[in-house]
Amino acid sequence: MRKRAEEQKEQKSVRDLKIGERGVICCLSDPEMGLKLLEMGCIPGTEVKLNSRAPFGDPITIIVNDYTLSLRLDEAETILLKK
Amino acid sequence: MTTATIQPQEVQAKQAAVPPLVSKVALIGNPNSGKSSLFNQLTGLNQKVGNFPGVTVDKKTGYCQLSPTHKVQIIDLPGTYSLYPKSLDERVIIDLLYDPASRHFPDLVIVTADASNLKRNLLLYTQLADLKIPVVLALNMVDVAESEGVKIDVPALHRELGVPIIPMNARKGIGIAALKIIMSQQLEASRVSFYEIPDELIPVVQSIRQRFQLRNDYQALHYAHQYKSLKFLSEEDVAWIAGVLEAVDFHSHAQQANETIARYTRINELLLDVVRVEKVDKDEKFSNRLDQVLTHKVFGYLIFFAILFLIFQAIFAWASYPMDLIDRGITSLNGLIQDNFDGPLINLLTEGVIAGLGGVLVFVPQIAILFAFISILEETGYMARVTFMMDKIMRKFGLNGKSVVPLISGVACAVPAIMSARTIENWKDRMITIFVTPLMSCSARIPVYTVLIALVVPDKYYFGFMNLQGLVLMGLYLIGFLAAIFSALLLKTILKARERSYFIMEFPVYKMPRWKNVGITIIEKSKAFVFEAGKVIVAISVILWVLASYGPGNNFEQARVQAIAEAKANNLTPLQTENKIASYQLESSYAGIIGRTIEPAIRPLGYDWKIGIALLTSFAAREVFVGTISTIYSIGEEENVSTIKEKLMSEKDANGDPFFTPARSFSLMIFYLFAMQCVSTLAIVRRETKSWTWPAAQLLYMSGLAYVMAFITYHIFS
Repeated sequence: MRKRAEEQKEQKSVRDLKIGERGVICCLSDPEMGLKLLEMGCIPGTEVKLNSRAPFGDPITIIVNDYTLSLRLDEAETILLKK
Repeated sequence: MTTATIQPQEVQAKQAAVPPLVSKVALIGNPNSGKSSLFNQLTGLNQKVGNFPGVTVDKKTGYCQLSPTHKVQIIDLPGTYSLYPKSLDERVIIDLLYDPASRHFPDLVIVTADASNLKRNLLLYTQLADLKIPVVLALNMVDVAESEGVKIDVPALHRELGVPIIPMNARKGIGIAALKIIMSQQLEASRVSFYEIPDELIPVVQSIRQRFQLRNDYQALHYAHQYKSLKFLSEEDVAWIAGVLEAVDFHSHAQQANETIARYTRINELLLDVVRVEKVDKDEKFSNRLDQVLTHKVFGYLIFFAILFLIFQAIFAWASYPMDLIDRGITSLNGLIQDNFDGPLINLLTEGVIAGLGGVLVFVPQIAILFAFISILEETGYMARVTFMMDKIMRKFGLNGKSVVPLISGVACAVPAIMSARTIENWKDRMITIFVTPLMSCSARIPVYTVLIALVVPDKYYFGFMNLQGLVLMGLYLIGFLAAIFSALLLKTILKARERSYFIMEFPVYKMPRWKNVGITIIEKSKAFVFEAGKVIVAISVILWVLASYGPGNNFEQARVQAIAEAKANNLTPLQTENKIASYQLESSYAGIIGRTIEPAIRPLGYDWKIGIALLTSFAAREVFVGTISTIYSIGEEENVSTIKEKLMSEKDANGDPFFTPARSFSLMIFYLFAMQCVSTLAIVRRETKSWTWPAAQLLYMSGLAYVMAFITYHIFS
């Protein structure tokens, strides 16, 4: 957990995107959750766009590989973006 | 002439004797790739949900007639993104594909792939191809993808993959004929491999392959990843694999991640020459624009509640016409039988069986409407949006967004709803969902609610469209929902989490519902309701009729004598005398004695011994309540042809006032809302949780809650 918090300070994640903003995936910080995200097409080098937020701000939807994926903020936080 | 007619039969018999090339076909694919449409196209109404022995997981199977003599079994597997299962639901796949001895092992696998998202859909395909199982790729919705600017070079894809590819549109039935032709042929597994097992793992993989006599290295690799979930392995085998893996420092997660990335890299290269995307700006996709309204922070919830409101109004308003028709049909059938025949067996038939069954058949229209709406919500992709909107709220109660699907399905029937909780990956979230789902008012409660609401709530309309009875019904569903989420909150503090909860889910594109799928759902569910409930009701009706028509010793005769004496003293008409005899006899019958025995326990809720009998008989299934009530009130009535509502309305208490007062009726509704009166649900919970603790806790908790709440309700209204 601490490691993730540190990483987050220096590196932007999908959580930090604004609606409509794009980023390119650099890596996934959580090995277990990362597996699910990888299978869903969140491969390093892929472009993601923050598409929308649920009424209470969480979860969110992102566009990856031309389809819409919904995930929670603490999951979005594990998808780190290239600078 | 004779020889001419016999000959074709002989030929057929000969052909049937030759074993068909393909007899079992498994259907697999990503969620939303059109798999269930294809399954319905191939099998029609020829399908059933079966329990595979030893696997304790249900899957749908059906039959497809390829030619007059060639019939294949189609096995529908749950939607999945890869062969590494993440939820219990997906684990079915490994049970089917990895056990070489399984008698369900398919001869052929059809992979459905959504053409508009081929990249992600091919991940699963490449894993299956590497397992070296004969595969056909059903490239679904090619026409839709093309209209969105995605053009797929099918011959090029065929060259790259080396397996038959059928472009199709399963919703419209295009490509089904071609698929059937391919299915009837003997196919070989593709020779193309998509993933090279890393060198350092090869020795391990090969020793696993050798020990279990596996077809190829990739299958052995899956043993290394999933040996803990492979139920057919012995303890010794599991320990052996664990030992081998420990020796090489095998990290399952890291290896799976590497494999997934390697596969995607390969798929990207492969698709470079195969797929051309022409449209530049895809952001304005219709689904996305629709989402801005349907998941809007204000409109989103308003629309959701409007849809729920429409459903409850529809259940009452639209269903009343077919219901009246069925009701009248049964009444006249009963009248017809009584006019023409006589004797104790005819009484059993009319007062017991037909009265009981009629009480259930009448509710088929309402149940059909409910299932129609639920399947439309699923079909259109709207349910996923509801899940999304509710996730944060549900999390506060110890559930998650995915719990919404079981909860909403729970208003139809708790049994499939509890099974649908398998898609919830997290143990704690799943257990809480299973525990609280039966509190949602299922369709079996509709008969009880409808009858009682019709008795005490006036059939009034407000603003021309809001039906008061519909509003009360919606209120009862709301109470059930509140009870479910607050029970979840309670459980959240008791249970300890075992793993993290996550919510990674694809948003399906909005689609028109496939009416054929909706139709199949309605027919299947209504059939299940009638037959499942029907079996119990016929059995209970017969037992009940016997219990109500006979009494111990000469009690029955005494009741008759006493009734006649009282009738004479009060100068009653012959008809009134008959009624008095019948009601005295019912009281002194076996059923009456049982009812009287439990009466002290239920008196605080406002119930008498007659309701007591109904409570007991409906313990196994709620819908039996109405059947029992109509059986009990049929016995000792001058005319058997009145409807249940009329029977209940004419029931009087000791002072001659109507017995079914608002207080009694609401108390009964509340009791049926909370009580766990469904053996099927208890059985499914036992199976899904693999323990008796959960169903036992549910039974105690819900029955206790029912008693307390019914008590409070009775005293508020009286």
